[in-house]
Amino acid sequence: MKKINKLALFANKSNQRLFTTILVILVLYVLMTILDGTGNLSSLMKGLLVPVCAYSLVAVGLNLCVGYLGELSLGHAGFMCVGAFSSAFFSKAFVGIIPDVPRFILSLLIGTALAALFGFLIAIPVLRLSGDYLAIVTLAFGEIIKNVINVLYVGVDSQGLHFSMKDMMSLGMEPGGKIIINGAQGVTGTPRQSTFTISVVLLLLAIVITYNFVNSRTGRAVKAIRDNQIAAETVGLPITKYKLIAFTLSAAIAGVGGVLYAHNISSLTATTNTFGYNMSIMILVYVVLGGIGSFSGSIIAATILTLLPEMLRGLSNYRMLIYSVVLIMLMLFNWAPGILKWREAHGIKNFKSILKSKNTKEVQ
Amino acid sequence: MSLLEVTNLGISFGGLRAVDEFNISIDKGQLYGLIGPNGAGKTTVFNMLTGIYKPTDGKIFLDGVDITGKRTAEINKAGIARTFQNIRLFGDQSVLDNVKIGLHNSFEYSTATGIFRLPKYFATEKKMDERALEILSVFGLDKDADVLASNLPYGKQRQLEIARALATNPKLLLLDEPAAGMNPNETKDLMNTIALIRKEFDVTILLIEHDMKLVSGICEKLTVLNFGRVLSQGETSTVLNDPEVIKAYLGE
Repeated sequence: MKKINKLALFANKSNQRLFTTILVILVLYVLMTILDGTGNLSSLMKGLLVPVCAYSLVAVGLNLCVGYLGELSLGHAGFMCVGAFSSAFFSKAFVGIIPDVPRFILSLLIGTALAALFGFLIAIPVLRLSGDYLAIVTLAFGEIIKNVINVLYVGVDSQGLHFSMKDMMSLGMEPGGKIIINGAQGVTGTPRQSTFTISVVLLLLAIVITYNFVNSRTGRAVKAIRDNQIAAETVGLPITKYKLIAFTLSAAIAGVGGVLYAHNISSLTATTNTFGYNMSIMILVYVVLGGIGSFSGSIIAATILTLLPEMLRGLSNYRMLIYSVVLIMLMLFNWAPGILKWREAHGIKNFKSILKSKNTKEVQ
Repeated sequence: MSLLEVTNLGISFGGLRAVDEFNISIDKGQLYGLIGPNGAGKTTVFNMLTGIYKPTDGKIFLDGVDITGKRTAEINKAGIARTFQNIRLFGDQSVLDNVKIGLHNSFEYSTATGIFRLPKYFATEKKMDERALEILSVFGLDKDADVLASNLPYGKQRQLEIARALATNPKLLLLDEPAAGMNPNETKDLMNTIALIRKEFDVTILLIEHDMKLVSGICEKLTVLNFGRVLSQGETSTVLNDPEVIKAYLGE
C-alpha cells in the first residue's frame, strides 16, 4: 500500500519537479563541500555560500507572494530585517547562558515567528489594497522597519532590558552592561552559527513546505483567489483568511533568510543595501528573472546573481557592465517569445505556460 | 414553503434605480427562468442574490433563512451557487482542481496538515479527487481532468463552471446565460445537461437566458424583467403569450 502511494506521488508532475530541485541542490551542496574540503574554494566564494542560501530563501518567500497570492510586495527585505535583528538580538543576549545549539534553534524560531507576526500585522491593512497601491505600501513598510531599527538602542544589565530611540547614553546602563543593538551600528558580534549545511537544510525545508502549501487545499484556494476573486467568493472561499495565511507564510520564510544572514555576519546593520528598498528590488529581480511561480527558478537566479559580481571581480571596471548584460540575457531567456518557442521545441519547460494560456483565453 | 423568497428587492446606483420592487418565489425542485431585454437588470438580480451587490431595499430568504446583505462566501455556504455570463474559471489551474476548489468547504483539513502532508492530507485529497471526478463525469469532462481550465474549448468551459458550482453542493443554482455563444446543437446538449443535473444533484435552478427555444423548452415558470421592474410572472406558456411581454421583449 505504502509503495503504491509513493509511486503515485512520483508520477505527479509537480512532485517530480520538487524532487529534481532537491536533487540539484543536494548535488551542488556536495560539490561545494568537496571543493571546500580539498581547498579549491576561494575565501570569497566560501563567504558567499550562506548569503546565497539566505537570499534564495527570501526569494522563495517573495515568490509565494508574487506568484501564488498574485500580489506584488516591495517590502520583503523588511521581513528579512525583522528576522535578522530579532534573532541576532536573542543570540547575543543569551550568549553563554543557553548552550549553542538550542540557542540557535530558539533564535531561528523567534526570528521566523516575529517576521511572520510582522507579515500578519502588515497584511491586515495592506491586503485591502491591490496592485500598485499594495506595492507602494509594502515598500513604505520595509523602509519604516529599517529606519526604526536604525535608531533603536537596546542594552541589558543586571536590572534587565533598557530601550531607547535617542542615543546610547539615554539607556542609563550600569557599568558592565551589554549593549545589544547599537542604533545605526546595529548588532556586532552575533555568534556566527550559520553554516553552509544548516543553510542548505533550511532552504530544502522551505522548498518542501512551499511546494506542499501550494499543492494543498489552502494553496488551491490561494491560487483561486489570484485567478478570479469574485468566482472564488461565489464558491465559498473566505478571501481575507487565505490571503493572510499566504502573506504570513511568505514573510516567515523571508524571516528565516534573515536569521541565516544575521548569524553569518560580524556586524549586522540595517542600510539601504542590506535591508532597504535596494534589497527588496534585488529580491524581486531574483523572482522575476527566475520565473514567477517557480521556486527552483528563484533559487537559480539568486545564486547566479549573487555569485556573478564576485566571480567577475577580476574584470574590475567591466564588472557591472557584464552583470547588466547577464541580467538582460536572463530576461530574454525567460520572456522573449522567440526563445520561449525554442525552449518549448527543445522540451525546456517554461513557467510562462501561464502567460500563454492567458493569451488563448483572450482569443476565445 | 418555497426555497427562495424575495420580497421588494431594489438597488440604486447613485441616482439610477437599477432594480425596483423585485419579487420572486421559487419552489424546491423548480426550474425557473428570468428573461428580459439587455440592461433590464437580470444580472443585477443575480449579483444581489449572491451578495456581490448589497441590495438597497428588500429581503431575501433561502429556505426560511434571511440571507439579505450577507457576504458572498456565506451565501454560498447557505446554499446558493452561480455561474457567470462572462465565464470566470480559475484559468491557471486544472479542470480537476477547479472542481476541487468547489469542494473546498465539504472536505476539510488544516493548512498545517497540508504543509506537513499528514495522513489526513492523503486520505482527504483522495476523497476529493474521487468526488470531483464523479461530478466531472456527469458532464463528460472527466477525460479532460488534467487540462488547464483556460485551454478548454468554450462550450466545455461553460460546463466546467456549472460543475464547479455544483461541487459546492447548493440548494439553488443560478445560471447566467448558460447558452450564450452556443450553436443550436450545443444548446440542445445543454438542455439535456440541465435536465440531468436537476435530477442527479437534486437542485433548484434559476436561469437567465435569451435563447427562447431553451427557455420555453425547459423552464416551468418565468419572470420577465423590463427596466428593472417585473413585467410579467407565472407559468411559461402564459407569460410568453402575455401581450405586454410580446411588445417589450419578444417582438410582434
